[in-house]
Amino acid sequence: MTKQALTIALAGNPNSGKTTLFNQLTGANQYIGNWPGVTVEKKEGKLKGHPQVIIQDLPGIYSLSANSLEERIASEQLTQHSPDAIINIVDGTNLERNLYLTMQILEMGIPTVVAINMADMLSRQGAKLDLDKLSKRLGCAVVGISALKGTHINELIAEALKVAKSGQAPKTLAYKKDFEKLLSDADAVLGSDLRKDQRRYWLSRALENPEPLNLKPVSLDKLSALVKAYEEKEDDDIQSLITFERYALIDQVVEGVRGGKAPDAVSTSDKIDRIVTNRWLALPIFVVVMTLVFGLSVWGAGPGTFLTDWVNDGLFGDIIPPAVESLLVNWGVADWLQSLILDGIIAGVGAVLGFLPQMIVLFLILAFLEGTGYMARVAFIMDRVFRRFGLSGKSFIPMLVGVGCSVPGIMASRTIEEERDRRMTVTVTSFIPCSAKLPIIALIAGALFGGAWWVAPSAYFLGIAAVIISGVILKKTKPFAGPPAPFVMELPPYRWPALGTVLRSVWERAWSFVRKAGTVILLSSIVIWVLSSLGWENGSFGMVEDVENGLMAKLGGAIAWIFRPLGFGNWRAAVATITGLVAKENVVSTYGILYGIGEVGEAGEEIWHLIARDFTAVSAYAFLIFNLICVPCFAAVGAIKREMNSARWTWFAIGYQTVFAYVLALVYYQLGTWMATGAFTVGTVFGILALVGLLYMIFRRQKDYQKPVASVAPAK
Amino acid sequence: MKTLLDMQPGQKAVVRKVHGEGNLRRRILDMGILRGAELEMIKRAPLGDPIEVKVRGYDLSLRQSESSLVEVEVLK
Repeated sequence: MTKQALTIALAGNPNSGKTTLFNQLTGANQYIGNWPGVTVEKKEGKLKGHPQVIIQDLPGIYSLSANSLEERIASEQLTQHSPDAIINIVDGTNLERNLYLTMQILEMGIPTVVAINMADMLSRQGAKLDLDKLSKRLGCAVVGISALKGTHINELIAEALKVAKSGQAPKTLAYKKDFEKLLSDADAVLGSDLRKDQRRYWLSRALENPEPLNLKPVSLDKLSALVKAYEEKEDDDIQSLITFERYALIDQVVEGVRGGKAPDAVSTSDKIDRIVTNRWLALPIFVVVMTLVFGLSVWGAGPGTFLTDWVNDGLFGDIIPPAVESLLVNWGVADWLQSLILDGIIAGVGAVLGFLPQMIVLFLILAFLEGTGYMARVAFIMDRVFRRFGLSGKSFIPMLVGVGCSVPGIMASRTIEEERDRRMTVTVTSFIPCSAKLPIIALIAGALFGGAWWVAPSAYFLGIAAVIISGVILKKTKPFAGPPAPFVMELPPYRWPALGTVLRSVWERAWSFVRKAGTVILLSSIVIWVLSSLGWENGSFGMVEDVENGLMAKLGGAIAWIFRPLGFGNWRAAVATITGLVAKENVVSTYGILYGIGEVGEAGEEIWHLIARDFTAVSAYAFLIFNLICVPCFAAVGAIKREMNSARWTWFAIGYQTVFAYVLALVYYQLGTWMATGAFTVGTVFGILALVGLLYMIFRRQKDYQKPVASVAPAK
Repeated sequence: MKTLLDMQPGQKAVVRKVHGEGNLRRRILDMGILRGAELEMIKRAPLGDPIEVKVRGYDLSLRQSESSLVEVEVLK
């Protein structure tokens, strides 16, 4: 065994069992990050039992054509940082299409082992693959495995290490004569203009699209002449011809490899799909599934909510605070430090961690649904609806999850391949009221509207409308405009998900949430505590008895004017809004503190009469609108930052959310007041202007980014 | 010219040509829909769009706008 570190890249199609194999190969030794500059997750891990070998998990891709973001990342990784070996995982039940990627990988000439996955599935189908034949024809080692069952993984590892150490390139597969001639002609023409290693891969890239390769104009001309002649002879274009040759080769490779029983004309998966995406049943089934997702995680009596309530009221209510308090008292810790720890840190972090059980249940259901292949069907069913306002069917999941909590919702946007669609989804997901916003809705409904039934549904309606309006508006702006992303999407066969993969996915997501609670939220809790407990009282600066004397009150007073046009320009509302930016749970509890009541019930029943004094029905609803639509909370901003992976886009999202919330609340308050009182003021003018501006943004004509041919008036 | 869009659920066809350009066309080709490939129209989504086809033994979904780029010859 050599001392030197080896890198083995793991490549394969989506749904080929790549993640499961990666987990098998690395066990717990994984590091998750992002690929440089993009939002696609990067995973690396140490090979089990071989700590000097790094396994690199490439994004799941169908080809190395470098068109989509994932393909670009994978091909860059393979071409720039050429790994010592590639493990190419191939779904044995779907050989032909999976081997397309294999053809491109083999062209690179990097030592490769092909892992034929789903051996268990194949034997259940009664099929047998002749792996020796396959290996001979592909010109590289082939190992049959079951990633799910973990069979023959050691064999695969041994093969991969063998080729990595020997550095033996796979045999070159010959295309048909004419095409080989084209390749060698191109080779001669390009000479040293094109990189020498991975030659065949780069030649085909150059043939198809030489533009990004910075070739000399002379070679470029010669190359395009070659291509043109070939295209004319074959009567097709080069893009299609190259693909055709690869698939022709695949047909030769798989010829007679599959033995045993032929696959059923109608598989079990097909039968399930006939029901699940049936014309009449699809939507009802979809509604039932969504209801279940909700019921189990968010709904009041479901297990998720039950656990969350227990953590909030039990663990962070009756158990931890008294225990810590008595501990601190016993140790004789100073009062201010006790207050910082209890009212600041434990209250703040606890409020966020309290959501963890609910989120774990949600993550569990989602990981399960992802594993079965149902998520692709959801996108299939909902695409029509979402495309109408500039999103794709895949945007539905983040918003659904966002009902529980925006943080996992925003994280769920990761499945959207198209960068523009993903950014848009990340920006609008938090408009859907999350469970932490429910107390605010209950507070306003109780205090101003006598607990009217329509307030809560109207909040959800508002959220959906905000998503739709934003979709329409943003799609017409330059960064989001353009032709719709392709929706050429595989509908993978239904499978029973691997328990390990599901649990690991839950763990990864939950852990990143906990880490956030431990950092960003811990810090912000301390800051808020400091600002509300320090201030000038009785002529001296120090800890204050009355929050009204605290720095927070001063701060609130200083910025309250900002909210005056929205009808809630008093310092308490300003402070509640600001603390709501940290966590929406803060809004009601802040009110409790600011009115001097202290601890209040979830919906703040104790302060309803005080709230009613400070608000009118119109201004209260404007307050609700602003707090529901504006920047969600620190944790969600953290998630936005993580998913956008760019400071500029993070600020864009925050800015858009804030301005949009402000405009909506302004229009509502000003026009609402005008209608209710009949008083036409300067504010009304601004309200109307804001409404006109909003309507303009919605209904303005889509600028054509592909210039239409100018129509010329007939000459007289 | 018949395209994938004109096919009825249950019909089978052979691809004659893939029209369009750029990434979208590349994507359709990469997924195995190209001259000579056999495919079967499975169904339309409940709201009419996208559609689902079987090609090379797996299921693929395409929007109507995309499937209109795939010229086919319907098999009897």
